[in-house]
Amino acid sequence: MTFSGFQLLRNALNGGTGWTPHWRKAEPKPAYDVVIVGGGGHGLATAHYLAKDFGVNNVAVIEKGWIGSGNAGRNTTIIRSNYLLPGNIPFYELGMKLWEGLEQDLNYNAMVSQRGVLNLCHSDAQRDAFARRGNAMRLHGVDAELIDREAVRGMAPYLDFDNARFPIIGGLVQRRGGTARHDAVVWGYARAADKRGVDIIENCEATGLRSEGGKIVGVETTKGFVGANRVGLSVAGNSSRVAALADMRLPIETYALQAFVTESIKPLIDCVVTFGAGHFYISQSDKGSLVFGGDLDPFPSYAQRGSLHVFSDVAENAMAVMPMLGRLRILRSWGGVMDMSMDGSPIIDATPIEGLFFNGGWCYGGFKATPAAGFCFAHLIAKGEPHQAAAPFRLDRFATGRVIDEKGVGATPNLH
Amino acid sequence: MLINCPYCGPRDLLEFTVKGEARARPDAAADLDSEASRAGFVDAVYLRDNPAGRHKEHWLHASGCQSWLVIERDTRTHEIFGASLVASDAEGAKS
Ligand SMILES: Cc1cc2nc3c(=O)[nH]c(=O)nc-3n(C[C@H](O)[C@H](O)[C@H](O)COP(=O)(O)OP(=O)(O)OC[C@H]3O[C@@H](n4cnc5c(N)ncnc54)[C@H](O)[C@@H]3O)c2cc1C
Ligand SMILES: [Zn+2]
Repeated sequence: MTFSGFQLLRNALNGGTGWTPHWRKAEPKPAYDVVIVGGGGHGLATAHYLAKDFGVNNVAVIEKGWIGSGNAGRNTTIIRSNYLLPGNIPFYELGMKLWEGLEQDLNYNAMVSQRGVLNLCHSDAQRDAFARRGNAMRLHGVDAELIDREAVRGMAPYLDFDNARFPIIGGLVQRRGGTARHDAVVWGYARAADKRGVDIIENCEATGLRSEGGKIVGVETTKGFVGANRVGLSVAGNSSRVAALADMRLPIETYALQAFVTESIKPLIDCVVTFGAGHFYISQSDKGSLVFGGDLDPFPSYAQRGSLHVFSDVAENAMAVMPMLGRLRILRSWGGVMDMSMDGSPIIDATPIEGLFFNGGWCYGGFKATPAAGFCFAHLIAKGEPHQAAAPFRLDRFATGRVIDEKGVGATPNLH
Repeated sequence: MLINCPYCGPRDLLEFTVKGEARARPDAAADLDSEASRAGFVDAVYLRDNPAGRHKEHWLHASGCQSWLVIERDTRTHEIFGASLVASDAEGAKS
């Protein structure tokens, strides 16, 4: 079924009885041209673009739980392309452009909202760094505006401008940035891929990667062996575990990141705001809850929940920038496990095993990358060579010294 | 989370900082420009086992005795199976 105003009206009148499931519950066939391991946003987007843009329709996505049960359904939904380094900006801007056309492409309401992303600065040095970042963005054709304190006050009057330690002196705004509804992104890609013949196989865990003579021949799963001579791994926080099935060690450590949601209030925050003197960011969902987050837990973790002391730290950051938050109750908190790479940048590349491809190392910023990562990974799998925008995201860049160190903090993943 | 420091006894997590996977340093005496030595450095600096399960890691008792410890912890449950001083546990640092 194609969604349209007419369908909406028709189903409003017939009690919603005309809506059909968005994708089939598929069981694995003996073999496919391509198997994607991991039914998060990235895996599903990869399948969609493989079928739509690269003519590869005989594709399965295998997911150990239900699709979107990983980070795709746990993130704080921020999308932006306000990066600094040449390796990153073109990729994230490709993503931003795909977001802008996503709902038409998928025929699905992903609630993409370009409400703007405001990064606050609190010192002259930080303002200089923002000017540099903004200039780098503009040189790449990305929108960026450096604004002063009064302009920030115009956008977000409720912030603590005169905090003795962290006064707000200005900000960098990307007006095309914003948020998208994470679950809808998963469902939209799943539905669009399914329509083109992709099998989405849930409750099916990859337990082995079978290769012969250095070439991949298929995936062992909890639903039996599935043959394929091209396999794409897109398993986020579980990257190291799945790569270990093929005896690979990755430049990745896994950490838990938490998010928090308050009770619903009337419209207050109409953009995304990030605190520049600590790690804290906040936006308001369409239901009215404030959604916010901060730092990772400091030690590697596969637990999809975080520590209380990190929550206290996030709360202290919140109070430093937006003291009125102290009067709100927190309704829920949860965690996801992040594939933290050693330079803070992702990997989209072939592996030493022929036909086995890897997409991961997204750290805590991979939701915004969903469309671009899917498109570039599909390109790599279909053509055997990287898409230009993702060419720097190589697996061997740590050995060759071509790291993409956006934050300049070296090989300590929990600092990124 | 309580960590049983061999020197100070059971202390709260917040007194410690974590440095990550406890692994052997590459051999500094080897020919540093050889292919094997470079691969060893890349391995030590960038590559990780990153297991879901038992993990040996270095922790510093920063707000306590300042000792470096080797701690074995389950990365799924954060259960701690033991802490020893790095100095007295050269084996721990190597494995
Ligand atoms: C709290 C939090 C906040 C975040 N906020 C943002 C944000 O504001 N903006 C942003 O850009 N990014 C954000 N992120 C990061 C973003 O969510 C991730 O980088 C991104 O979702 C990762 O890609 P994915 O959607 O494919 O991952 P996932 O949804 O995690 O997909 C991976 C899938 O692989 C499956 N899998 C694992 N092992 C196997 C196996 N052996 N066999 C089969 N399937 C397997 C998992 O079950 C999972 O469904 C946030 C993350 C968290 C946790
Ligand atoms: Zn001690």
